[in-house]
Parts: sequence; C-alpha cells; structure tokens
Amino acid sequence: MPTLIEEMNQRAIALGVPLGVQLDVTYRCNERCVHCYLDHDDHGEMTAAEICDVLRQLADAGTFFLTLSGGEVLMRMDFFDILEYARSLLFCVKIKTNAFMIREKQADRMRELGVDSVQVSIYSHRAEVHDAITKLPGSLKRSVAGIRFLQSRGLKVIVANVLMRQNLADYAGVKALAQELGAQWTIDPTITPMMDGDRSILGLGIGGEELKQVFRNGDLVGNVEEFCAPPRPVDDGDLDGLPCSASHTFCYISPYGDVFPCVQFPLPTGNVRKQKFLEIWRHSKQMNDVRSIRGRDLPVCSTCSHLGSCTRCPGLAYMEGNMRGPSSLDCEKSFTRTGIPSANMLAKKRQLEAQGNPEVAWTQLVHIQLS
Amino acid sequence: MSPLYIARSNEIAARQLGDEMIVMSTRDSTLFSLDSVGLVIWQAADGRTPLEDIVKEKVCTEFEITPEEALKDAESFVRELAGHGIMRVSDKPLE
Repeated sequence: MPTLIEEMNQRAIALGVPLGVQLDVTYRCNERCVHCYLDHDDHGEMTAAEICDVLRQLADAGTFFLTLSGGEVLMRMDFFDILEYARSLLFCVKIKTNAFMIREKQADRMRELGVDSVQVSIYSHRAEVHDAITKLPGSLKRSVAGIRFLQSRGLKVIVANVLMRQNLADYAGVKALAQELGAQWTIDPTITPMMDGDRSILGLGIGGEELKQVFRNGDLVGNVEEFCAPPRPVDDGDLDGLPCSASHTFCYISPYGDVFPCVQFPLPTGNVRKQKFLEIWRHSKQMNDVRSIRGRDLPVCSTCSHLGSCTRCPGLAYMEGNMRGPSSLDCEKSFTRTGIPSANMLAKKRQLEAQGNPEVAWTQLVHIQLS
Repeated sequence: MSPLYIARSNEIAARQLGDEMIVMSTRDSTLFSLDSVGLVIWQAADGRTPLEDIVKEKVCTEFEITPEEALKDAESFVRELAGHGIMRVSDKPLE
C-alpha cells in the first residue's frame, strides 16, 4: 500500500505540481569546503523582496516542501525575514546549514517559526579532520554547539556526512556523535562536479575498494545481502518509469533566480527575474525535455541490467555530456554493489579492446570515462 | 451539550493539492491528507462558528449524510487533528 507521501507524489505528477523546491538564498559561505561545487562570490543574488515574490509564486503553484539552502543561509542578514515569510505561506520548511552561526537566538527563532528540520553537514567527529575539510578553524566545535541549541529546542536535526577520502575512516565516529546529540544521521559518498563543469574535485571522492567497503558495511547500508544483490530483471515499469523527480515534482532555484531541474542538474530552464515561475515550470522547452524522458529513451541505460535498481542521476549524466546518457559515477556504484558491470562499462571495454587495450580493469573504466 | 469551536493552528504546513488538502504538524511532522469533507471543515474553522453549524451549513448541504452522523464524524475528526496540534478545539470561541 502506498504511503501518504507516495500518494502525494503521484498526485503532484498527475497535476503537474512542483511539490518540492530547493531555493538557495545565497552562495556565500563562511566555510570553504574542499569538495564544494559552488562559486562563493556574490554575483548579484536576489533581494529579500525578490525572494518573497518567488515564494508567493511557489505557494500559488502548489509547492509544499521548501528547502532553504546555500552557501550558508545565515550569511544573509535578512534570512529570518525570508523564513518568516515562507512560514506565513505555510510551506513545510527544511533548512540546510553548517550551524556555525546558530546560537540560542537563532535556534529559538527557528523553533518559533515551525521549521520542519535542519540538516547540518558534519564530516568528522575529529576537529582536525572536519576543520581541514571546511577550512574554517573551530568549525566542528561551533557546528556541534549549534546542533545542541537546535536539539534542545526540540527541532529535528539531520547530520549529513559526505564521505570522501579525507574522512572515510570517520563515519562511525560521526554516527556516534549524531546519536549522542540525538540527531538523525545520513551518509552520501557522492562528490559532484563544480557548477561550471570543472571536474577536478571528483578526485576527492571514494571509489573502487573504498566504495566496496562502504557498500559491504551493514551499519551503513542495512541488509548487505539485499543491498548488494544482483539487479532484478528489467520490466516495462522500469522502461516506462521516470528517471527521478527532477522537473516532475521538484526543481531548484539559485540565488540569482535561475531555475534548474534539480540541484545537481545545471541545465538552465529560465530565470524568475525575467519570467513568472509557472511559465518556466510549465512551458520551458528544457524543463519539458527533461520531463519527457522515460527509461526506454536512454540509449545505453535502457539496455542495462541495472536499469531498475540504478541510482542514475540525470543531472550527473548531463554534466558528463548527455542527460539521456549514462552517469558513470552511478555505473560505478551499481558495479561496486553487485559486481556486475553496467552496459556503459561493457561498451567502454569493447571500445578499448578494439583500440588494442584489453587489460583495462572494470574499476578503471569509470575513471577513464570521467577523466 | 455546549458548542464546540474550532480554529486552524499556526503550527502547521499546508497546501491544497487538487481537491485534497495536505496538512503537516510542525510539532511532530505528522502528515494528513484531508478529503473533500475534511477540507470543508478545515476551511470553515474560523474559531467563531460552532462545529455544529459548520456541519449543518457546509457539510450536510454538500454531502449526503444526516446531521447527527456528520457531527459525530466531525467531532472525532477535529479531535484527532487537535491531538497533533493541527487544530485548536474549545468550548469557547477562539481568537
């Protein structure tokens, strides 16, 4: 039986409603995380009045879940004005922050305004590791203090633990820290290219044996046997299915008013400074192009045994050159989970063999594709 | 029996999706989907109109149900919402 959230999503798809939107209110940040994909300079972010106008339009369009993120949201002096207005429009508001600037006053205000949850990035339970990633001395101490202020007010806090080479050994420590703080904990081994297409930060991500260790760890993935099981046979549901929520029930708005199908899908579809949001959502050629894609429209992935279980991100595929093409990072994940190469990897291997390079290991294929 | 007054809480997130209303308690994140009858009661919950009048004037005129049955269902409905902080219920008019 579908859950209420699943029913809501189906209804939103049928009605063409952008049920969830992430709005980055700024790209400015007090941290300089080594893996961050953003340019932190302010190139003319929207004013509070402009943002409030967008919020009104989103409420009229039917958006329910609103994620306010950045950059660091509290770099904006008017952040609480924006938040108060968003709550007056009855959005379910989720905030992403590093919590460095959250003290009693900010935590009280978030509680008073009825924020649904606050997600805080923590990279390690050890200050020397966390602070080396954020490049902000004292950041772990301040972020943990911020989480305590939020927790003590009864706010739901989610500790988000991005895994990369620098902190691979520390996830158990972060999980224990989250438990001690009374917060939820999530991990994500995905490092994404910079918004301008620069892929140099991908080298920070884990792959090969390191990723395999993560996927074989029951503390991280739950039932390992189930998680790493061979993919079930592809069926019509997979071939006719939607790749993800991007452009269907979700989109992303940058601090400059640019509207994209998703946070990591930098395909410009319009700008709310020049057009009404609904005009972009309903009529943008690019938005409708993304919306039209089904599993069977993916030239390589539709032939892949992983189609029904792959985490393929169309945004990452777009950044790799073709939004209907494979996302090699997700090919790597599917292969590492199951030991079964993807159609993309098989094609690449055949190509290399034809060029006289038969000895390339499967794991290297992904990195050849990404380089 | 004294009249029952109902008002929407401030501790909610809400949005109409087609002919249903999605309401979430910001206190405990419980999510509700109100059907067309629930939506009528929700929209009429102004804190000043007794629930009995809402049922008679808004529910029984739009749906085939007796006032007694409708009032019983409506009371149970608003008390469930009140339990999650979504609705305020009082025997006196509410601000």
